[in-house]
Amino acid sequence: MQRIYFDNSATTCLDPKVLEAMRPYFDQWYGNASSLHALGRESYNALDEARRKTAKAIGAQAREIIFTSGGTESDNLAIQGAAFANSSKGNHIITSTIEHHAVLNTCRFLEGQGFKVTYLAVDPHGKVDPESLKKAMTKSTILVSIMTANNEIGTIQDVRELGGIAHDAGALFHTDAVQSIGKVPLDVTRENIDLLAMSAHKFHGPKGVGALFVRKGTNLRPVVYGGGQERGLRSSTENVPGIVGLGKAIELSMAEMTESVEKMTSIRDRIIQGTLSSVDDCNLNGPLEGRLCNNANFRFDYIEGEALVLSLDLKGIAASTGSACSSRDSETSHVLKAIGVRNEHARGTLRVSLSRMNAMDEADEFLGVIPEVIARLRAISPMSMLKKPSSPGG
Amino acid sequence: MRDPDGVGKASNDADGDVVVIYIKVKEERIVDISFQTFGCAAAIASSSMFSEMVKGKSIEDAVKVDKRMVADAFDEGMPSNKVECSIIAPDAFIAAVSDYRQKRIH
Repeated sequence: MQRIYFDNSATTCLDPKVLEAMRPYFDQWYGNASSLHALGRESYNALDEARRKTAKAIGAQAREIIFTSGGTESDNLAIQGAAFANSSKGNHIITSTIEHHAVLNTCRFLEGQGFKVTYLAVDPHGKVDPESLKKAMTKSTILVSIMTANNEIGTIQDVRELGGIAHDAGALFHTDAVQSIGKVPLDVTRENIDLLAMSAHKFHGPKGVGALFVRKGTNLRPVVYGGGQERGLRSSTENVPGIVGLGKAIELSMAEMTESVEKMTSIRDRIIQGTLSSVDDCNLNGPLEGRLCNNANFRFDYIEGEALVLSLDLKGIAASTGSACSSRDSETSHVLKAIGVRNEHARGTLRVSLSRMNAMDEADEFLGVIPEVIARLRAISPMSMLKKPSSPGG
Repeated sequence: MRDPDGVGKASNDADGDVVVIYIKVKEERIVDISFQTFGCAAAIASSSMFSEMVKGKSIEDAVKVDKRMVADAFDEGMPSNKVECSIIAPDAFIAAVSDYRQKRIH
């Protein structure tokens, strides 16, 4: 069976070119980047090159890139790091209700450490209103953390404006850009960003490696203490093959970005239009405009997302309910709650997320099976009896 | 199912899962059973498993099939956190049996 992979917001496949770039750093150039001998220097140079590629992709300087173990650690270092290092200036943090748990749960932890956190509400499309951020800013606000684009419903925020508002009030601006690298053009200076988190495996790099952009002069306290690697902000022997992979993956993503975004957008639009027109009682979660080029998120009335995902899996199509992290428990997504989706509707959610490796004929194949899969699940759902009497077959 | 002898519904308020069971009864025996389930895969699978388990049984034996027996009927068992919340078919079945009994009285 030809498998179709539509779960790229959970993770992506490793680009073969990335694997090729990483390979020698496992067994040939295995030196510790801190070692003075030739093997060590080779590793050091490899880190250096990856750092330059990563910085270039977001308009930063190489020394502003800190390599970490992934997006979650980058978010933790940014938020905990900025909070603890700047607590003499204030104790107020602002974020939004639709952030990834890496941000939300770090903020909740900080609430227990004496910080005050404001969680900004979003509109029905998942957008943070810059005016509400302006109103929430106080003299003691030290950090604003708003994601560049949402992992579940794909809403892209106006980070430039939000960052500007934070800066006007003297606060730092952090953005979780984990879903945005290679999909949303980002320049940290133009976008008023002081801290930016990314994760390699979301753009065809390896798992277990990420990066945090830290604007020069930004005060951060480390989360991990040890030998002082990564300018003292992230001790631990560097994951050289992983970092090389991140560097190669981001270089490839940037080189093909315009074409990739165009391609993903057209596949996404065909999936959205085709699904909405062929299935009754189906809605799109998130906006039509200002949406990640690789994200479609539907809610199908009367059925349950988990059963839908497993039914599609039997047809060879990999997709997900909400975000990968929460798809193993059936709790309602906090993002759907935040945009006002009622509990019973939030359960019939399907997220389709693309990458540049997908093709248009995969969209057609998906559209070929989705109506029958939905019809079958509705036939065994007692909720279908609640259908409006006017709908046929109800 | 057309003209069931009994219909029963059970729901799990915490998750919003709903199971409806339809039964046909002949001489106090379950001769046919079907279900509708709104819930996770475990809820759907356990409704199906339960239906297989009670079909052909006498009502007396069928009402003894409980959550644990349904969970154990799966080769690899079922995650323990799913047993309580997802296996609600036995409750819906008992409701269907009482519906059948009430109809017989009237």
